[in-house]
Amino acid sequence: MMTQDVWEVIWLSLQVTTVSVAIGMLAGIPTGTLLGLYSFRGKRIVVALIYTCMGLPPVLVGVVVYLLLSRYGPLGALGLLFTPEAMIIAQVVLVTPILAGLTMSAVQAKERTYWETAKSLGASPVQMMITIVREARGGIWSGVAAAYGRAISEVGAVMLVGGNIEHHTRVMTTAIILETRTGNFTAGLQLGLVLLALSFLFNSFLMAGVLNQMKSRRR
Amino acid sequence: MNRVEVRNLEVTYGNRTVLALDRVVFERGGFYGIVGPSGAGKSTLLRVINLLEKPVSGQLHLFGEEVDLSTLSYAKGMPLQRQMGFVAQKPSMFQASVYDNVALGLRYRKRNRVQIQALVQEALDLVELSHLSDQRAHTLSGGEAQRVALARTLVCEPSLLLLDEPTASLDPYNISIFERVIQTIHRQKHTTILMITHNLPQARRLAQTCLFVNNGRIVERADTEAFFHHPHCTELADFISGRMIC
Amino acid sequence: MKTIQSMIALFCLALLLLLAACSSSQPAAAPEQSNPPTAAPAPTPSASEKKEMILATTTSTQDSGLLDALLPVFEQQSGISVKVIAVGTGQAIKLGEEGNADVLLVHSRKAEDEFVEKGFGINAYDVMYNQFYIVGPAEDPAGIKGVQSAKEAMAKIAEKQSPFVSRGDDSGTDKKEKSIWKEAAITPEGSWYISSGQGMGETLQMADEMRAYTLTDEATFLSRKLNLEVLVQGDKSLLNPYGIIQVKSSTKPEEGMQLIRFFTEEQGQKLIGEFGKETYGKGLFVPDAKQR
Repeated sequence: MMTQDVWEVIWLSLQVTTVSVAIGMLAGIPTGTLLGLYSFRGKRIVVALIYTCMGLPPVLVGVVVYLLLSRYGPLGALGLLFTPEAMIIAQVVLVTPILAGLTMSAVQAKERTYWETAKSLGASPVQMMITIVREARGGIWSGVAAAYGRAISEVGAVMLVGGNIEHHTRVMTTAIILETRTGNFTAGLQLGLVLLALSFLFNSFLMAGVLNQMKSRRR
Repeated sequence: MNRVEVRNLEVTYGNRTVLALDRVVFERGGFYGIVGPSGAGKSTLLRVINLLEKPVSGQLHLFGEEVDLSTLSYAKGMPLQRQMGFVAQKPSMFQASVYDNVALGLRYRKRNRVQIQALVQEALDLVELSHLSDQRAHTLSGGEAQRVALARTLVCEPSLLLLDEPTASLDPYNISIFERVIQTIHRQKHTTILMITHNLPQARRLAQTCLFVNNGRIVERADTEAFFHHPHCTELADFISGRMIC
Repeated sequence: MKTIQSMIALFCLALLLLLAACSSSQPAAAPEQSNPPTAAPAPTPSASEKKEMILATTTSTQDSGLLDALLPVFEQQSGISVKVIAVGTGQAIKLGEEGNADVLLVHSRKAEDEFVEKGFGINAYDVMYNQFYIVGPAEDPAGIKGVQSAKEAMAKIAEKQSPFVSRGDDSGTDKKEKSIWKEAAITPEGSWYISSGQGMGETLQMADEMRAYTLTDEATFLSRKLNLEVLVQGDKSLLNPYGIIQVKSSTKPEEGMQLIRFFTEEQGQKLIGEFGKETYGKGLFVPDAKQR
């Protein structure tokens, strides 16, 4: 594999994963916060559902998204199958429950007195949620890291809906599969190490960010 | 207009009634001490007034505004909430600097930066903690944190200040600062203050009127002097003398 | 954070193991049981444990069901249990080079010859061949239907820049496709040339979804129900010979040779010829055993 191709594959992996996690955060963090703060009828079922979805088999998600986006499926007219967008859709489905679930735990771990204090100080419902999210940011960041790790190392769904097309939808994990299948174990292993290094970098970066924020937030 | 009034209040946990009041009135600018055994319903009363707990039924009149507590939504209660301040026994400091903690309520009210800076400075001066402005609120001692919690509440200039055993876990030095601050506020801004305390001498020192709450009812209410010297009912007499078994 | 991640990792691992367990138990459910009269699926023979060998082969022989028709017969007769590793030709040959397989059953003549020349393999035989088709959408935008020569058809596709899905996985089919491009003196590139890097089934599926052309082996194509049509067939360059080779460094030369003999002698050849007739109306592989 040429060096340029390797960079292209790494870059696409990062793009797809980052966009997926960002969308997942937009959906998952507010959902998790609401679930962590309020109780309502049927909450237990919703929570059970989210915990189940946290462990969704990627291949299953891949098949469902594939069938939806297929030329012969209900969303076939969009022509999204075998595009990076399709991969993002599948990954958003995978990471959103993780983000929602871990945000919920992080928010619940904060004592009730924190949100009562915010309310007492005159926070609007939205302001109160923002305050609590900031208060629980350590736990939420680890949710983001877990989601990122899952998305970037996931192969089943992106292979199915992306198609592993060279220069178009080939990402690190699908490239590793291909290299292995064609007998280029060395190349597969090298890419695997890059993946590992990226995960490590990203996690350390996140941890550093969390620690910094905890140490010195100023006006 | 010039009063806080709670009517037809009933609070239940499961099928146990913890608070049942027909009518209780607090005049504007008054300093009220609330005493009574643990579990009598004192905290619940303050939490209901501060909209932190929803009663089965009850009306709240707050300086001219009237709301039904049992059906009040969060958003609808906000304007009332912003006229009140609440300090609990244990302060919850947010993971930020002392300055940011004190500024929080003003930021909720969308005050501008310059105003916030001036008001926070003033509030921190009042509780004698301006030198800790940049410190992480989590690293404060219990007494300092409680003074920050007071500053954080006072900076929003509440008309009604609710204090739930605020000095119960403080040392005498911090207690004296805390007491001095609320007395100053009461004198200068005519803030209405409701203070729960188990420290009877403190109630005598600070309050103008005292209420005795027992078993979810207000049993006795009188001027502080009369309250302690000539208690009407035997329950209060037993409580004051320490004979009551709680 | 570490706990959560390691929990997820563990969970994935457990899933993987489960999947692996499922897939390895598949050959037991031989779908072609009724086909060869002798193919009573034998319970594992009560022979000594070392009677066991590894056959590295291409996905096409496994996916088409051919091995499920042949191997149970062999296992029953010889008492040797054959473990099948079905991968791309490239990886199969690599497995042989590294001594991780005893016998190879693959279809890339050039790579096979190299393998033998380099001294990795001995006893190479032709076994059978099957056909490749050039398939595509019925509307046939490049107009290749009825064209006799494969390279002419491919040249037309390239000229029109009609979408063409390539396996791009260094498999036997992929090598065949590349060799046709080479014959036609074309370097396929551009957005119309889609390199999937996946197996034949997935590549066909993709061609169907994208209304694109592709080169496919007959067996895989017939086993899928797709809206693609056979447009070019019968050209000599579209024939696909399979070879069986013994790995020189194998520790089981005796067992390996028995398997090779089974595939190349009368009974195995007959089974190969009959395979698929019932399901598809015609045999998928043409037996043509001879030593090279």
